[in-house]
Amino acid sequence: MSPVDYVALSVILFVIGAVGVLVRRNAIVVFMCIELMLNACNLAFVAFSSMHGNLDGQVIAFFVMVVAAAEVVVGLAILMAIYRARRSASVDDANLLKW
Amino acid sequence: MTTLTGTALADVAHAQALATVPATGALKLSWLLLAFPLFGAVVLLVGGRRTDRWGHLLGCLMPVAAFVYGVIAYFTLLGDTNREQDQHVYTYILVGHFQANVNLLIDPLSICFVLLITGVGSLIIIYSVGYMAHDTDRRRFFGYMDLFLAAMLLLVLADNYLVLYVGWEGVGLASYLLIGFWQQRNSAAVAAKKAFVVNRIGDAGLTLAIFLMFSEFGTVSFTGVFRQAPSGGSGVATALGFLLLLGACGKSAQVPLQSWLLDAMEGPTPVSALIHAATMVTAGVYLLVRSNPILALSPDARIAIAVVGTVTLLFGGIIASAKDDIKKSLAGSTMSQIGYMTLGAGLGPEGYVFAIALLLSHGFYKAGLFLGSGSVIHGMDDEQDMRDYGGLARFLPVTYVTFGLAYLAIIGIPPFSGFYAKDPIIEGDFTEHGAGGWILGICALIGAGLTAFYMTRMMLMTWHGKRRWKAEAHPHESPPVMTWPMIVIAIGSVGAGGFLIINDRLEKFLAPVVGVPPVSHGFFTVAGGVALVLALAGVGLAWMMYGRVPVPETAPRGNPLVVAGRKDLYGDTFNESVLMRPGQWLTRLSVYFDNRGVDGLVNTLAALIGGTSGRWRRLQTGYVRSYALSMFFGAAVLVALLLAVRL
Repeated sequence: MSPVDYVALSVILFVIGAVGVLVRRNAIVVFMCIELMLNACNLAFVAFSSMHGNLDGQVIAFFVMVVAAAEVVVGLAILMAIYRARRSASVDDANLLKW
Repeated sequence: MTTLTGTALADVAHAQALATVPATGALKLSWLLLAFPLFGAVVLLVGGRRTDRWGHLLGCLMPVAAFVYGVIAYFTLLGDTNREQDQHVYTYILVGHFQANVNLLIDPLSICFVLLITGVGSLIIIYSVGYMAHDTDRRRFFGYMDLFLAAMLLLVLADNYLVLYVGWEGVGLASYLLIGFWQQRNSAAVAAKKAFVVNRIGDAGLTLAIFLMFSEFGTVSFTGVFRQAPSGGSGVATALGFLLLLGACGKSAQVPLQSWLLDAMEGPTPVSALIHAATMVTAGVYLLVRSNPILALSPDARIAIAVVGTVTLLFGGIIASAKDDIKKSLAGSTMSQIGYMTLGAGLGPEGYVFAIALLLSHGFYKAGLFLGSGSVIHGMDDEQDMRDYGGLARFLPVTYVTFGLAYLAIIGIPPFSGFYAKDPIIEGDFTEHGAGGWILGICALIGAGLTAFYMTRMMLMTWHGKRRWKAEAHPHESPPVMTWPMIVIAIGSVGAGGFLIINDRLEKFLAPVVGVPPVSHGFFTVAGGVALVLALAGVGLAWMMYGRVPVPETAPRGNPLVVAGRKDLYGDTFNESVLMRPGQWLTRLSVYFDNRGVDGLVNTLAALIGGTSGRWRRLQTGYVRSYALSMFFGAAVLVALLLAVRL
């Protein structure tokens, strides 16, 4: 497999994630789709790193993982709090913060 | 005209001779004069209700203490060869070359005022203990009175125009507070505001005069200004004279700024006696006499002063003759008497000393008349309409006698005060100011007749004739705490004029400050004789109208002059139609322009932004997925743009 195929895979994964974020209501699924997008980016980074022959992309991929881990911690906690309060994990039900 | 230039030159020479020396001996403590009443005022006003029980005692004690010190200072000054002493208290402003000191000037003129203010002031304040006995706010009243005395003493003791101005505003404040003392009455609150506003116009004149002094001479101290005034030219002197006259008009209720004094009678009667008869309203005369070296350089300003005084003395006399309210009639009389003083000040060295003599004796007899009227009002349950009086002499004998003595003093019957002090001013008119002086003199003579007429009218309506009391009236003599001050003041009103004028006592005493009258007229002059005859004619006329025939209880329509007099000679009407209405139109126009023009522009802009934002706000739906969509959309646009730029 050439590095370009990895990039193509990453684009496919990213689009799947983005569509998932837009069409799914369940917050857990939305969350997983975001993870999918992040990892699609990671894949692209690593692919480009390999193409260009330096380590910058791989280092950034680690950073993204760390950020994703932290985000999951906070995000899931918020999700739990919302679920406990509203008995629903639908992102459309949590729409109070508006005009 | 030759006499004019002669006296002017003499005055210039005198102005150059004016010099002060640092105070010595007991006069070093002259700050005590201010400290006593100020202490009283601060304790009473800051102490609040805690001082209610003994507040009036402190309020009386402080002026008496100041009076005692004043007497000591007077005798110290008499025993001293140098009678113009200056005591530095502290430096008020120090900027570059300009320095304003709070210095107290003890000289013959200021010590006269100190004795009048503290002496008559103490008596009136003691009287107030009885007069205000039933007022729940008596403590506040005494606090204000002490504040007034402190400000008035600062006014007369200042050795420069700036500190004088501080005192000038201080008495204005105290006057405002005391006119509106019964602030629950709308009329009192309005009268206080009116007095304040009208005084502001006069104050503007004094302010401008001080500005002009500073810009022309670089100093505002009396000695500095008087020394440099001749070098400023007659134009500056005339401007200063007119501006000072404007200031004096406001404070001393002279035409055209007279309208506030009649309404000022809304204040308690002791206030009318102290502030609006004996002391504060004469501050304008003090200012003019104090500034005599400036007036000496400007015959025009002196003529204007004399004319203002003459107009006012007739104006006040007519109002006093028409009013049925005893206090308003006395207020008209005060205007008229101060008109005489202003006229005296306008005569130059011929008149200064007599203006001051009249001022001092007027301080006694007018205070006596006001205290007497207060005693009547007190005994008649706050009734002020003379048409509801009549036949009171038997019921208030002490008040009757003291009032009667003050009455004889004001109409100028020899040997009472008014005769000695007023006649030289009338006589002086005929010798100063050339042919125009005759007109002034004749008006002053008519004024003397008017004075006798309205005062006799007041005497007859109040004390004699049939009783026209309201059903519930039960007149009674006032308590001793009120009658004793009246008795002492009555003695003063009998003797003050003679004491000051006989042997030229006041003339010699004041000579270092105001110069010596060039001509001595003696006591019995032609003008004095005519004035006496006219006064007797006025008494006779009043007796014909109010003594021989019974006084109707409802006021008859009266002739046009009486109708006009009852309306203060249309002073308020004039102010309303010439000043107030156009002013209101102007404000309405500005308000319209402000609302429609300025506000319109701003409001349109704000509405535009507000409306637009209101619509844009709808984008915030609260649905996370729509935000995500817009983010993707934005990112897509960015990427598209980047690609477009690249290609």
